[in-house]
Amino acid sequence: MRYAMAIDTRKCVGCGDCVVACQVENNVPIGYCRDWVVESMAGTYPKLEIEIRSERCNHCDNAPCVRCCPTGASHIVEGGIVLVTHQKCIGCGACIQSCPYDARYSHPDGYVDKCTFCNHRIAEGKDPACVSVCPTKCMYFGDLDDPNSPVSKALQDRRYKTLAPEAGTHPQIYYLL
Amino acid sequence: MKEELFVSGRDIPNIDPYLNIWHWQIPGYLYLGGLAAGILFFAALYTILNKEKEMQATVKWASFIPPIALVVGLFFLFLDLKHKPFFWQLYTTIRLESPMSWGAWVLMAITPLSFIWAGSYLREAWPKWDWKFKFLYDFEAWVQRNRYWFAWPILFLSVILGIYTGILLSAFNARPLWNTSILGPLFLTSGMSTGVAAILLLTKDKTERHRLTVIDLILIGIEVFLIIHLIMGFRASTAVQIEASRLFLGGQFTVVFWTFVFTLGLIFPAILEVLELRGYHLPAYIPAILVLFGGLVFRFIMVEAGQITRYLY
Repeated sequence: MRYAMAIDTRKCVGCGDCVVACQVENNVPIGYCRDWVVESMAGTYPKLEIEIRSERCNHCDNAPCVRCCPTGASHIVEGGIVLVTHQKCIGCGACIQSCPYDARYSHPDGYVDKCTFCNHRIAEGKDPACVSVCPTKCMYFGDLDDPNSPVSKALQDRRYKTLAPEAGTHPQIYYLL
Repeated sequence: MKEELFVSGRDIPNIDPYLNIWHWQIPGYLYLGGLAAGILFFAALYTILNKEKEMQATVKWASFIPPIALVVGLFFLFLDLKHKPFFWQLYTTIRLESPMSWGAWVLMAITPLSFIWAGSYLREAWPKWDWKFKFLYDFEAWVQRNRYWFAWPILFLSVILGIYTGILLSAFNARPLWNTSILGPLFLTSGMSTGVAAILLLTKDKTERHRLTVIDLILIGIEVFLIIHLIMGFRASTAVQIEASRLFLGGQFTVVFWTFVFTLGLIFPAILEVLELRGYHLPAYIPAILVLFGGLVFRFIMVEAGQITRYLY
């Protein structure tokens, strides 16, 4: 089993519903966020291209945050989801330094926090909160090992990219182009 | 033109607009670790070489610095932790992939050794010192008889500690300024140089001062070579590392790096040391203090600048 997410950059309008849904679902403290939306504009007027990306932890196959964690608080569970055990985290910040995506932050309570792919919802057979609220249905979640999962189907039909593949992290958030 | 904006808003403390999760505590910790490693290395080396009598400041008097430096450094590390009540989790596991983990274990081994080493010279420094208990006198006598055998693990662990202060940073692939294998040897050399400088402040013996000055000159030469090599490596590397090198070549850390680290911390003390070796009478504390100051600024700059550098996408 390998959970992954595909996000259609042509359907995403950057409304930020995914961000708010995550904050509410996971009780993210005010001023912090586990996901965010980036608008990337390239070119010169009038030939401009805009790409809108909903970003979060990439739940990397080769996760540097897990490698560098001195206590084992950062770990990978079944399905490839990268999690942090709060009671094991000492708040040293090594995982924050090691993440090329700046997807982790120091929670006001001291431990390091990040996207969990809403693993509590997955356990109930639901999609992550961000996916379930997306008004344009631009996010696809599921098991990459299942060819019939929404994410596998989305990746079969479209060109896609990952962020900073040169970092060697094998990210599992795919952006459909 | 390419412009990236957080349209959902994102202003996470210490993460945005650029990473600044490590403050003064980490460079302070790395500096004190390197300083302690340098002093312990030469104390152990000259004990193994049976030169305790010629190198009294190196082997005896300077050895009171490392235990203090290591305890203060570990306290700085503790201050940096954001989840302090759980700090003991560091010592519930050994994770070889994590430099911070094996660094914590190396410190766990070398800190008591540094106390034992300094303790074995305590009554030479303060003859009126009373250990209170007989078993402590017996232990002191046993350590004094076996200093040679204590010196070997201290020598080995001090090199690992010195390299660790650099590898802690270089293991972070996400920070292009740190992600170079030169940082380990560079921090080790710099730590040894600051260690020698601290000993130079304590020694009054001419032969010892001459020998340490020659060693410091060699270490400064190696450091200059490694810094040039570091920057050349960045310039010949990928876009993110070329971008990282710009911080020191015209960017915001250029003046502070080339003035305080390279010129005042390396070149100027090296010139003063050469003049001293050629017979000019100069206050010996000036190059030593400059080297100690340059080493401190170097660590502050590397930690601060490294956090700014990141992957571009």
